[in-house]
Amino acid sequence: MKTIKIFALLLLTSILALNCSNSDETVIVGNQPDFSGTYKQEDQMGRPAINTVFVNEASKDMFNVTIPSNQNASFQSMFQTNLEALSPAFTNPGDMNALGQTSEAFTGLLATDVLNVSLDGKTTFYDGTNVLTGRGLADDVITVELLLIFGGEDFKENPTLSDDNVDANDKEFLTSFPYLAAPW
Amino acid sequence: MKNFKRILGIGVVAVAGFFIIAADHIDAPAVKGGNSDITDFYAFQGEDTNDLVLVANVQGLLSPAATGSAVFDENVLIEFNIDNTGDNVEDLVIQAIPRDGKMYFFGPVAPSQTGLNSVIETSSTYGGDVEITPYGSEPIITSTSGMALFAGPRDDPFFFDFGQYTAIIEGNATGFNATGNDTFKGTNVLSIVVEVQKSMIGGSGTINTWVESKRK
Repeated sequence: MKTIKIFALLLLTSILALNCSNSDETVIVGNQPDFSGTYKQEDQMGRPAINTVFVNEASKDMFNVTIPSNQNASFQSMFQTNLEALSPAFTNPGDMNALGQTSEAFTGLLATDVLNVSLDGKTTFYDGTNVLTGRGLADDVITVELLLIFGGEDFKENPTLSDDNVDANDKEFLTSFPYLAAPW
Repeated sequence: MKNFKRILGIGVVAVAGFFIIAADHIDAPAVKGGNSDITDFYAFQGEDTNDLVLVANVQGLLSPAATGSAVFDENVLIEFNIDNTGDNVEDLVIQAIPRDGKMYFFGPVAPSQTGLNSVIETSSTYGGDVEITPYGSEPIITSTSGMALFAGPRDDPFFFDFGQYTAIIEGNATGFNATGNDTFKGTNVLSIVVEVQKSMIGGSGTINTWVESKRK
């Protein structure tokens, strides 16, 4: 990080110096590239592994082009069926995960595939206290999801299925921007 | 465990097959392994706690040998979506689109249309551009308009013993190993990292976020 190069946008700066007025601060001006056209959606993602785990093969492409506000109506039932197939304990009356959610409530949360993020403090997928306040690079999201699927009410059920025992990344993350580790 | 094996009859995740599908890597047939395939999405508080950091990774499972030639597709828009009114419809977007070795960013800005089709919001007040960092170089960063921008190859931050998960799903194992093996160890992704002042995306409270890839 100590050798990070901060690039001043010399060209941009000079253009702004010529063109910038108080009423119009459009950043990209002048001879910019062609950005015309309509871009059609192909993939989307909120929380990790949702399409992979909860959506049937034949519906995976459709899930990627269903806007989040329509996902619950279109996919919650499929999610619940697949969750209960994966972890049949959820079919027992009153069975819940460690968040106190039945299979219906849990899949009702997951089917709308957006990442909830707090702007007021700690951001973590789950750290034992904070739940779904973001996703940090070091968060062991797979183990959290396995625990919520297989771990039962107390995170103690099915211990060999509820932790993959890979708890950290293969490289240290950076404390400063861009945070992700250098490539291999 | 015996209950778990019921899934084999139902086939929920047996479709995993030989494909490495994980956080969102290779998640669906239409995008599988292509240059619009989102592998991961992160959103977290920045080193400066007044900031939020958004990360979109695409084109996963790049070996070091393949990383130098991996490029962002100029026809693929990566769009961060921010809903700050609780209806799961984007109120703001941050768009990233490459042109001739640079990644151009537009937003946060209210999109001229929500949903599956987007136009590039070139009249956005906020944004900037950054030279795409070549493989093997120190990260090139632009800091502008209350934002920091990066685009280029990075280590895939995702970790998971996907091999053992697959073995369980296929009925060849009954559980994870006491010491897992990170399937994503030693692999890279193409990353887009944006740090933005929280005041530019809602200020306080809880927002809903997601990332999309869109092709011209």
